[in-house]
Amino acid sequence: MNWTIAIPEIVLACCGMAILILGVFQKDDGFKLCSMLVIAALGVAGVLVVAGAQGPGYHGMVVADSFSTFCRITILVASGLGVLLSMDYNQHPDAGHQKLGRFEYPVLILFATVGMMIMVSASNLMTLYMGVELQSLSIYVLAAFARDTTRSSEAGLKYFVLGALASGLLLYGISLVYGFAGATGFSELARGLADPASVSTGLIVGLVFVVAGLSFKSAAVPFHMWTPDVYEGAPTPVTAFMATAPKVAALALFVRVLIGPFGHLIGEWRQLIVLISIGSMLLSAFAAIGQMNIKRLLAYSSIGHVGYLMIGLAAGTAVGVRGVLIYLVTYVFMSAGIFACVIAMRRKGRSLESINDLAGLGKSDPAMALALVVFLFSLAGIPPFSGFWAKYFIFIAAVDQGMWILAVLGMAASGISAYYYIRVIRLMYFDTAAGVAFDVRPMSLSVVAGAGAIFTTFFFLFPAPLVSAAEAAAKVLFL
Amino acid sequence: MNQAGFPLLSMLTFLPLVGVAIILTIRGEEAVVASNARWTALWTSLLTALLSVVLWAKFDPSDGGFQFVETAEWLPAWGITYKMGVDGISLLFVMLATVLTPICILAAWETIQSRVREFMIAFLVLETMMVGVFASLDFVLFYMFFEGVLIPMYLIIGIWGGPRRVYAAIKFFLYTLAGSLLLLLAVLAMWSAAGTTDIPTLMTHAFSPRVQTWLFLALFASFAVKVPMWPLHTWLPDAHVEAPTSGSVILAGVLIKMGAYGFLRFSVPMLPDASQEFAPFIFAISVIAVIYASLVALAQTDMKKLIAYSSVAHMGIVTIGIFTFNAQGISGALFQMLSHGVVSGALFLCVGVVYDRIHTREIARYGGLSDRMPAYAITFMLFTMASIGLPGTAGFAGEVLVLVGSLKISLWLSLLGGMGMILGAAYMLWLYRRMMFGALDKIDLKGILDLSPREIAIFAPLVLLTLWMGIYPSSFTGFFEASVGRMVDHHQAAIGAATKLAGVLR
Repeated sequence: MNWTIAIPEIVLACCGMAILILGVFQKDDGFKLCSMLVIAALGVAGVLVVAGAQGPGYHGMVVADSFSTFCRITILVASGLGVLLSMDYNQHPDAGHQKLGRFEYPVLILFATVGMMIMVSASNLMTLYMGVELQSLSIYVLAAFARDTTRSSEAGLKYFVLGALASGLLLYGISLVYGFAGATGFSELARGLADPASVSTGLIVGLVFVVAGLSFKSAAVPFHMWTPDVYEGAPTPVTAFMATAPKVAALALFVRVLIGPFGHLIGEWRQLIVLISIGSMLLSAFAAIGQMNIKRLLAYSSIGHVGYLMIGLAAGTAVGVRGVLIYLVTYVFMSAGIFACVIAMRRKGRSLESINDLAGLGKSDPAMALALVVFLFSLAGIPPFSGFWAKYFIFIAAVDQGMWILAVLGMAASGISAYYYIRVIRLMYFDTAAGVAFDVRPMSLSVVAGAGAIFTTFFFLFPAPLVSAAEAAAKVLFL
Repeated sequence: MNQAGFPLLSMLTFLPLVGVAIILTIRGEEAVVASNARWTALWTSLLTALLSVVLWAKFDPSDGGFQFVETAEWLPAWGITYKMGVDGISLLFVMLATVLTPICILAAWETIQSRVREFMIAFLVLETMMVGVFASLDFVLFYMFFEGVLIPMYLIIGIWGGPRRVYAAIKFFLYTLAGSLLLLLAVLAMWSAAGTTDIPTLMTHAFSPRVQTWLFLALFASFAVKVPMWPLHTWLPDAHVEAPTSGSVILAGVLIKMGAYGFLRFSVPMLPDASQEFAPFIFAISVIAVIYASLVALAQTDMKKLIAYSSVAHMGIVTIGIFTFNAQGISGALFQMLSHGVVSGALFLCVGVVYDRIHTREIARYGGLSDRMPAYAITFMLFTMASIGLPGTAGFAGEVLVLVGSLKISLWLSLLGGMGMILGAAYMLWLYRRMMFGALDKIDLKGILDLSPREIAIFAPLVLLTLWMGIYPSSFTGFFEASVGRMVDHHQAAIGAATKLAGVLR
């Protein structure tokens, strides 16, 4: 038993508990201190992940390989950005509302991060489930964190009820798989399912349930219904967090489960993933057109991006997985950046969410408008921004596999979805009405938006390191 | 290293971005910022134009291959390199872009009064993208520039355009994007077939005929929108009418050439069989474009719209020329593109001149201008004649070469394509008559002023170019003869091989 495999997770969890205790004994709310400490803990965990041992551990319950390392680093960065995004907002809530700046907030993000790290390094269906639950429970609480507003409570409750249902589906699927294949370990399953004769209908049903549960967690059609409501209702920093790290974890988990233990059943699950992908892309392309609330708009946009990510998964090759990983990294930076701008949309201390509030931003705040332009064009997949490269590496996988219908539909969806992105740009620049300036941005938001914009804009100059890291990570799954 | 001894093409491409960086650092009062932004943009673009003259001077016209080639590692393991280079076909387009940009910046000197800094930034970024499109020798690099053009152009139309600018900008963006996405699929398919996106390698790669058909359709979707070919042309009149004058000039002068350049650089050399197969189809819609757009132009009451439709007609001639696959046709198409770039750009500038004074583009609101604006009338006359294709002006050589080339294909093609010249004479002369001649009975026209020194400075190089291209066309055709010859030989060889193969199989 190689217990050192999980050192980053163990250290991070211990840090979380220590910070929790420390927070209780603070005289004030201790939010700022705890946030700083959480960021530091995430950094330490990152170092441990990079320096840590590789290989299976805990009798095949978890595994540390370059795939999980890649994903864990991405998740840690995304969580760090998530904490950073919340720091100012939580201390200055909207007038008449309770402060969100309590020390539990960063600690919850930390525990969610531990859960996500377990998700991506799971090599057993049970570990997987533990990770999913740890992550989900933390985020349920976060979504309802603004407990004196009905919207936030509603979001939390909705997310909890539907999430619990999805967890049930997932667990049911796992039990069916265990019942019909006799194993929960990924490598045992892969070995057992290599023989086509051993694949029974019951197992396929179990697989479908697992896919359904994971689709819910990654907000893909037809299990996307919660996304717009939760995105809209949750406090904006929570939405920002939900849009980044958990997406990485859910998609990475999806990839690992389908490629690893169920890799031999690609013929069975590929059609499911293709349908999910097409549904997500098209639904988001059309549904987002009518949205006036920027958070809902981004929710639908995220559904679409999950659709594109699914293309890479549907390809079921190392090229496809590589595309998924590249896409996830670029998506984290785009999303964190755009949400930094959304959080910065405040006038006289009140948060604004309508895209009409962005009218005239090009004049009143050129820097923020420029950053938004970068993110929106990138989300639409216009070169030279990183979003284009993400799409490039995803679609190359589909083309490689000859999945032309999927590729053409994906391109069509991305053409349609460009409309709602450029509509926001239109409001910011083409409206002659002089916009009223937003409140002065706190430093932390400028840093996140700036970092995101710089990464998104200049990714094309040096894409090779990320691409080769993603390639190395993807290859591990196909050994 | 290339014959310039330094990375000339990269400098040409990215020098405008240096100007952008300088403009971004300008601080101070609004008027000062505006004036500094204008001067910085002008000097940057002039410097770029000067550099492109070096390119022109050092270019060896007798070599039909790629020159000034630069390579740098980008994504080496995945077949993508940063590779720049020009041949005779692309060289003159690079020149066109670098020459028209300072003219456009001068044209915007007084007309753009709001957000001058942003305008100049957008224009310089646009220049980088345009030069990049014509100078890149890697398909992914090309695609980046090709689609990157959308961003500054969308903003130029949308922010500084006319009353219906939002509609026009979004239409422009979505039309072009929809086509480009299929182009991206084609890039990916070519990559997966050939393992590289290097353009010279792809040109020699033999794609199987069935694949070629699909690739051709995907490329066609993108380039036909950009050209624009009938029936995908409807974005162009809207974009032209709403864009500010300099936006229209660059749109007509350079951006719509990108589509035809795409046909020349990708469709024809890389997909010879499919091009051959689709040529009748292209001829058909080109002939429709020529005749239909000319007739529509006759009916226009808005000057810019009229010239926009004339662009559609002229580009129809260009696409006919490209798909004749013979040296005359392709040379004619190239020449026509260059002359159209200069002449239609100049015509849009002419419209801008009176629009700045009277603030209307309604043809009926003008009349008798030759009385008050003799210099303007002469300039406009020259460009009108060049647009018609009068011998001695830029428009002549290209159209004649295309007609000669198409005569080798079929008499009817030549005849119907030639209709464009006749109809072109009709709508342009009629436009000229309605604007310049007749009684000067509109009160606000009585005090109209003739060309200002700034405007003369704008028109002088264009007048010069128009006459030069008309009187001594071989100083331009000489540049692309070798490349075109190579392209034609390559095409004939590919087609010959395919027919031979078919013969063997039969």
